[in-house]
Amino acid sequence: MKKDAVLEMKGICMTFPGVKALDGVDFTLKKGEIRALMGENGAGKSTLIKCLTGVNKFEAGEIYIDGIDGPVVNKDTLDAQKKGISTVYQEINLCPNLSVAENLFIGREPLTKFGTIKRKAMIAKAAQLMKDMELDIDVTRNLEEYSLAMQQMIAIARAVDMECKVLILDEPTSSLDDNEVEKLFGMMRRLRNQGVGIIFVTHFLEQVYAVCDGITVLRNGQLVGEYSIEELPRVKLVAAMMGKDFDDLAAIRKGDNKDFSKEPLEIDAKGLSHAGKIKPYDLEIHKGEVVGLTGLLGSGRSELARTIYGADRSQSGTLKVDGKERKIKNPIDAMQLGMGYLPDDRKAEGIVGDLSVRENIILAMQAKLGPLHKIPMQKQIEIADKYIELLQIKTASRETLIKQLSGGNQQKVILARWLATNPDFLILDEPTRGIDVGTKTEIQKLVVQLAEEGKSLIFISSEIEEMLRVCNKMAVLRDGAKVGEISGNMTQERVLSAIAGGESNE
Amino acid sequence: MNNLKALTKKQLFLPIFSMILVMLVNVLFDIADGNNAFDFFSVSMKGGVLYGRIVDILNRGSEVAILALGMTLVVSCSAGTDISVGSVMSLAGGVCCVIIAGFGVTSVSTAAELAHPIWMGIACGIGAAILAGIFNGFLVAYMKIQPMVATLILWSAARALALLICNNMIVYVRMDEFKVFGSFLGPIPTPILIAAVCIAVLALVLKFTALGTYIQSVGINKRSSRIAGFNSAQIILMCYTICGLFAGIAGIVNTSRIYSADTNNIGLTMEMDAILAVALGGNSLGGGKFNLAGSIIGAYTIQAITTTLLARGVSTAQAPVFKAVIIILIVVIQAPPVKAYFKRRSAAKAAAKEAV
Repeated sequence: MKKDAVLEMKGICMTFPGVKALDGVDFTLKKGEIRALMGENGAGKSTLIKCLTGVNKFEAGEIYIDGIDGPVVNKDTLDAQKKGISTVYQEINLCPNLSVAENLFIGREPLTKFGTIKRKAMIAKAAQLMKDMELDIDVTRNLEEYSLAMQQMIAIARAVDMECKVLILDEPTSSLDDNEVEKLFGMMRRLRNQGVGIIFVTHFLEQVYAVCDGITVLRNGQLVGEYSIEELPRVKLVAAMMGKDFDDLAAIRKGDNKDFSKEPLEIDAKGLSHAGKIKPYDLEIHKGEVVGLTGLLGSGRSELARTIYGADRSQSGTLKVDGKERKIKNPIDAMQLGMGYLPDDRKAEGIVGDLSVRENIILAMQAKLGPLHKIPMQKQIEIADKYIELLQIKTASRETLIKQLSGGNQQKVILARWLATNPDFLILDEPTRGIDVGTKTEIQKLVVQLAEEGKSLIFISSEIEEMLRVCNKMAVLRDGAKVGEISGNMTQERVLSAIAGGESNE
Repeated sequence: MNNLKALTKKQLFLPIFSMILVMLVNVLFDIADGNNAFDFFSVSMKGGVLYGRIVDILNRGSEVAILALGMTLVVSCSAGTDISVGSVMSLAGGVCCVIIAGFGVTSVSTAAELAHPIWMGIACGIGAAILAGIFNGFLVAYMKIQPMVATLILWSAARALALLICNNMIVYVRMDEFKVFGSFLGPIPTPILIAAVCIAVLALVLKFTALGTYIQSVGINKRSSRIAGFNSAQIILMCYTICGLFAGIAGIVNTSRIYSADTNNIGLTMEMDAILAVALGGNSLGGGKFNLAGSIIGAYTIQAITTTLLARGVSTAQAPVFKAVIIILIVVIQAPPVKAYFKRRSAAKAAAKEAV
């Protein structure tokens, strides 16, 4: 083991049914280093981390941890934690129905000598921890009362609090907004200065260069290389990840500044609202138009889209779809009118985990047809194969359970589900979150292509660059209300100032 | 060898294996007793009807098999069990006999004494069971009450209601037209035929409609299913209603066997056998994916165990103890840690082979 290393993994191998997930991967982490672990979907990043934390049992290879003699095999995550390895996963693994304090100290509650929990002490410690992290949170409230982003921060706080030598952050920023990301980075730098080694898995290139010292790149379960941040500029990183030179993202651009006001209206919402979530708003979407919803996290972007789709029933106002006034009570009503909705919470509202990729793809189509008109098996297979090919979904077979796929590939399956229904109006809420750069471009191209076919879309994303690339118009939200629209000459500065409240309605 | 391995991975492997095990035990007993080794499987004609242990198992197991059909759907869609089915069977039997005989009458034996035609009694009995199913489904699907609690209501109330309807008496319908559902149609026991029809109808419905996908999807992830356009409440209500329907049919069969509405005993503790059948079939009681064939095999396995024990001279009172032992064995073979153990062992063996 090298002298300044805190963690060394050598020749790790791991196989899933039909897929070689890791093939002799080496990984080294120094003390006081933030190292990015990069790679496309299915490159083996999550698998490698799960091998380290004892979730997956690897078949060959050795792991060395600073301060422990000989190779280490962690039996489970608890075991790993005891050895100083803490993890925050891509999907939040806390208990929504317990309080924040309970979540922070689960499995290591301060106990009295009778073995009962010292509740007051626990709450006080939790509150102190939140204060240290500069989070404004009431630790006695249930976790589920906080937004996904807050839950993520709490999960990180929990990991940090556990005397760790190695902190693993598996896409911690995918549900955070810029402000929160900055807070997290501050925390990461503090920890680095204390000598903690941090493994940072992310898809955001900017963040890698903002905070990391080194980069390790994987591709198809194999190590491409370990680099310091200086020797691997952005273009080279993308090339290393994809195994080819980077097709410039800027190449896609929709029909610039086309005037949509003469196109017929697909969606005409007047005064829709949902108590406590989104105040009454008007929104017009023309045929062939891509409307972006932008704003900080929790500003009501998703909530606005949900009232149109009927995921949350609108409590006021009127909605005209294709010129006719319609009442939408449930998602199925919206679907019958040609709508589709890709939700941002993939795990809770997207996938049906124990069904196969094929079944997940045909699900919405089948729901539209009703139970009595079963799609013949031959047709189901055709549809599934078509989209697995089109979206390059990495799966052992079409009958693999969707829960066995990596996060990005699950997202592609849900996207396929909606494309299969051939919708006239599609709402995409964070469609590219957790998806690798190459596929991101593909999805953006797809959005532009759908719009060119005359379909209307709502596109929600935390990445403004991406929004600028695909949207014809943006609606700006702040604190649960729609506060303005931006169209025409859209630039990052204008959008940012509108979100922040500098630019008013025009 | 590879084929065998693939076979052991199938969900149905262990239920079938358990079934075969029970049969094998019978064969061994027969050999030990000096009987013909395959006495267990022999089917003969006696007095114009089929006779044999296999026939007896299929006959006696009919009610649990019918119940297991509905129970499978309920478990799948709502991750809970309907514990009221035994009592609902009793309600169906009670309503049926009272409609046929008239309120307050304890016994009818000729067509002239009937208050209403037999078909009407059966229809009303099954109708009452369907209503019970709708009631359960409403509580679970729309009031969001946990299935165990929701069905606990009718578990206790339906049997009491049945007794009330029967005016606290056992109502006899001593007519061949009624007895036929619990006895023989030609040479074949009618319950076998009724169970076969129920199984066939449900299997065909699941094959030719997308209901299976609907039910499983709702059972696995309700919120995702709603966003994808399913109305989970409707689907759950439908499953409980179907469960009620099957409980009604099973109730009529059970009543017809004893040609009387003995409401204290019809379907007693049968809900537990039905739940067990679903579990023995390799279905997770946590809901989601289901396998109907597994549940059916499970139901007949339970009956096979009971019949074997009774044939061995174990008294009816003691049979449950032996039954429990056998069921523990079957459930443990199917438990994930045991499966994992065998998997590890075979992997180690394969590795050892490679090393040589």
